[in-house]
Amino acid sequence: MRVGIGLPSGIPGVRGDLVVRWAERAEAAPFSSLAVIDRVAYDSYDPLLALAAAAAVTRRVKLVTAILVAPLRNTVLLAKELASLDQLSGGRLVVGFAVGAREEDYEVAGVDHRGRGSRLAEQLRELRRLWEEGRVGPPPAQPGGPPFLVGGFADEAFARVARYARGYFHGGGPPRAFARAAEMARIAWSEAGRPGRPELWGQGYFALGEEARERGIRYMRDYYAFAGPVVERIAAQLLTTPQAVVRFVEGYATAGCDELVLLPAVPDPDQVDRLAEALACVW
Amino acid sequence: MRVVIVGGGPAGLYLALLLRKASPHHQVTVLERNPPDATYGWGVVFSDRTLAEFREADEPTYRELTERFVLWDAIDVYAHGERVRCGGHVFAGIARTALLGILQRRCAELGAELRFCVEVRRPEDLPSHDLLVGADGVGSAVRSWYAEVFRPRITPGRTRYIWLGTPRPFGAFTFVFQQTEWGLFQAHAYPYEGRMSTFIVECGEETWKRAGLEEADEARTLRRCEEIFAEVLRGNPLLSNGSRWIRFPTLRTATWHHDRVVLLGDAAHTAHFSIGSGTKLAMEDAIALARALTDHEDVETALEAYELERRPAVEAFQRAASQSQRTFETTYRAMRLDPYRLTLYLLTRSGRISYDDLRVRDARFVQRVEAYLASEWDGVRLPRPPAHLPFVLRELRLENRVILRPASACGATDGLPDPTRHRILCEFAARGAGLVLTEILAVCPEGRITPEDAGLYRGEHAETWRRMVQAVHAEGSRIGAVLGHAGRRGATRPRALGLDLPLAQPWELVAPSALPYYPGGPVPRAMDRSDMERVRDAFVRAARLAAQAGFDLLHLHFGSGYLLASFLSPLTNRREDAYGGSLEGRLRFPLEVFRGVREVWTGPLGVALPITDRARGGISEEEGLAIARAFREAGCDLVEVTAGQTVPADDPVYGRGYLVPYAEAVRLEVGVPVLVGGGIALSEANALVASGRVDLCVLDLEQDWVG
Repeated sequence: MRVGIGLPSGIPGVRGDLVVRWAERAEAAPFSSLAVIDRVAYDSYDPLLALAAAAAVTRRVKLVTAILVAPLRNTVLLAKELASLDQLSGGRLVVGFAVGAREEDYEVAGVDHRGRGSRLAEQLRELRRLWEEGRVGPPPAQPGGPPFLVGGFADEAFARVARYARGYFHGGGPPRAFARAAEMARIAWSEAGRPGRPELWGQGYFALGEEARERGIRYMRDYYAFAGPVVERIAAQLLTTPQAVVRFVEGYATAGCDELVLLPAVPDPDQVDRLAEALACVW
Repeated sequence: MRVVIVGGGPAGLYLALLLRKASPHHQVTVLERNPPDATYGWGVVFSDRTLAEFREADEPTYRELTERFVLWDAIDVYAHGERVRCGGHVFAGIARTALLGILQRRCAELGAELRFCVEVRRPEDLPSHDLLVGADGVGSAVRSWYAEVFRPRITPGRTRYIWLGTPRPFGAFTFVFQQTEWGLFQAHAYPYEGRMSTFIVECGEETWKRAGLEEADEARTLRRCEEIFAEVLRGNPLLSNGSRWIRFPTLRTATWHHDRVVLLGDAAHTAHFSIGSGTKLAMEDAIALARALTDHEDVETALEAYELERRPAVEAFQRAASQSQRTFETTYRAMRLDPYRLTLYLLTRSGRISYDDLRVRDARFVQRVEAYLASEWDGVRLPRPPAHLPFVLRELRLENRVILRPASACGATDGLPDPTRHRILCEFAARGAGLVLTEILAVCPEGRITPEDAGLYRGEHAETWRRMVQAVHAEGSRIGAVLGHAGRRGATRPRALGLDLPLAQPWELVAPSALPYYPGGPVPRAMDRSDMERVRDAFVRAARLAAQAGFDLLHLHFGSGYLLASFLSPLTNRREDAYGGSLEGRLRFPLEVFRGVREVWTGPLGVALPITDRARGGISEEEGLAIARAFREAGCDLVEVTAGQTVPADDPVYGRGYLVPYAEAVRLEVGVPVLVGGGIALSEANALVASGRVDLCVLDLEQDWVG
């Protein structure tokens, strides 16, 4: 299993240069990918612009959206942006898609929240078609376009994985929950008659160190405030010690995860090194 | 805090005593409309796991309860004049009145105030309070006052049942199936005290009417039920307690709390009686609510925490209960099973007990089952796990019930498979599959899904397949060819990037009607009579080539929105000629193809059929069964159930064994052998075969061999 790290672009109050420096550090550590989250009505960076900045200072790591709420966006412009980013990064883009969990983002963007699932399905087809036709340039660097991953927990999400994507992006939770979702993705995949099996991606949050823990939990509470009382359960899953990281990573590996992305809950640059250190015995 | 609890059943009383126990500052009042010694209901059941929780919540209640419990560990099934017993399932029963008595005494001891014979009709009638608890059952008055918030949805069951008692002692949880001149009657009976047992009688609505029970008064109902179950009652009477015939109401509510009002037990949710957990769930609710009110200062936070904790557990039970309910609503189907298979069918009905669990619970029972199943087969001397039993289709004998097949096509050129392709098929054979199936082989070039699909439309193809068939035979297995025509889902790219991505230059597609699979996608040409003849002839030619290649079985793929599936579904077949419209019209061409093949192929012939489109306006399960019946009558030996993909925007349901309910319906209602796929692991295959739900299983390799 490969392990990637998130950019701190989803944490409120983070300065731009920190995001860039973070990307440089991650490139130097053995992380396989750099990931971003996507919110609109929140103090977070635009995910594709953050990845574009990261692309300029890295050469090796994959650049991943974890995930991108595509229905909020115009499909033609999105096709152009994704293709541009794929070119700027030399073909390192991986796009995770989902409908997102916050209705507020739809309200702010002035997009109808209803029908988001079928709109996402249309967009996944439309993006491929636009790249194929070549009316909107540049062409993506990767032939056929960057790989798609689809996230979500509903049966429809697994159907979208099987129909349109290369794999499944799990939305977070303990390894057990991941294993259950992965099983659904595999069943949907083989029932659809796809060859092989879906690539399986997972994610978790970390804030290493006693001092980081408090701030990390505060961030989780704030970021997941929409979830109501479940937020405490989500916050409790924050990985705050090397042991917790190792247990989590090994749990995901055993559950058949191909790539696990660990997202930061505090924006301190030394978190990159702390995480790399915690992972040293796993790698 | 001042708490008013409406309803003095197990949930309300248990909550009252737990709250008083947690804090003497709580002022708790229970309002019950019946007198303290009302004898509504007979016995209730608990499992061993629930008992552990009771012990933790309040030791004295637990001790009193366990002293009164009747314990038993077996399940008996009476059917076809025989009794089958399976042990290892620990249950505890107690009279409902005894349970209430214990809880009432403990409430009094701890200082909860119990007021009986109080009917609360309006919220204004309540004593002043800080928290109102609706523990007043499925017809909850409290819930009705805030119905627009709780939004209760009640789904009535399809059968009628009545809750009776009997002084006939039973040594086990007992299911009785009795065929009568009016139809099938079944009883669920369990002991609870002394010689008394609960005895629930259930039957279909029509059976109920035919037996004259709709108009029958209490005495007549009892007499009739006593006659029906005379054999098992052995002269003991049935007793009523104001009991009435009802349809089980499954209740779901949008939320369980609102402001400072909270629902508990049956007032919030119900689960079918056949998994015997109504009282258990209600009392567990009480434990969780009492704990939440202790853990959280703020009442609303506590109520939220209570619902958050209980809802997932309750919903899991409701799912299991609704599966169990469906089983009991359709047991008429299962009456074609022998007593052993029927017993396994019932034991594994809700998916909570696996075949391996049964082996642990009662090894001798499993041995008896395996010996019985083995005795049905010539040449099977030692008993074995059911998935390892042979199976016979016409003259073809399969050594076991396991089928393996590749996930999809890859690497063919002009229909000719990559020569390394035989490796994967041989590997499946070497792993021990009783039958190996090919991927879908196109019957003509335009019938391919992608340009890389293999086909069976030229002599050269048959020649290549002949070598692969020999290789699979050399590994000791059998091999079936799957034939198909992609229809409007053809001319797409290899599926590495996704499904249904049209080729830059698609070949001409054909379909019953000129409707593209995706809006904006390539539009197929509506087939005319000569197109149909060409397609039928292509299937017939492929069948001849399959015979030349030496395949053991032929399997026609008429599912997943491919050509013949789109003739079957009203969503995709809009023809106004004899090949569209009614089911008979939509079946016409697929049956014509089938019969054409049947004429030239004398070996076992299977067909994959859409049993449901999982889309509005599409094939429903009922129509799916009619389709399966039509093919059985046309000489089909094996049906594979498929669901969905007829249209891209269907309403999918996944999960392990998600096709099993459809397969079971086809096998038991249509009476044709079935094969099922859909994420089945070997351990599940044993239960599916032994319980008579399916005959053959396509295993999901990932679940058994990988990870």
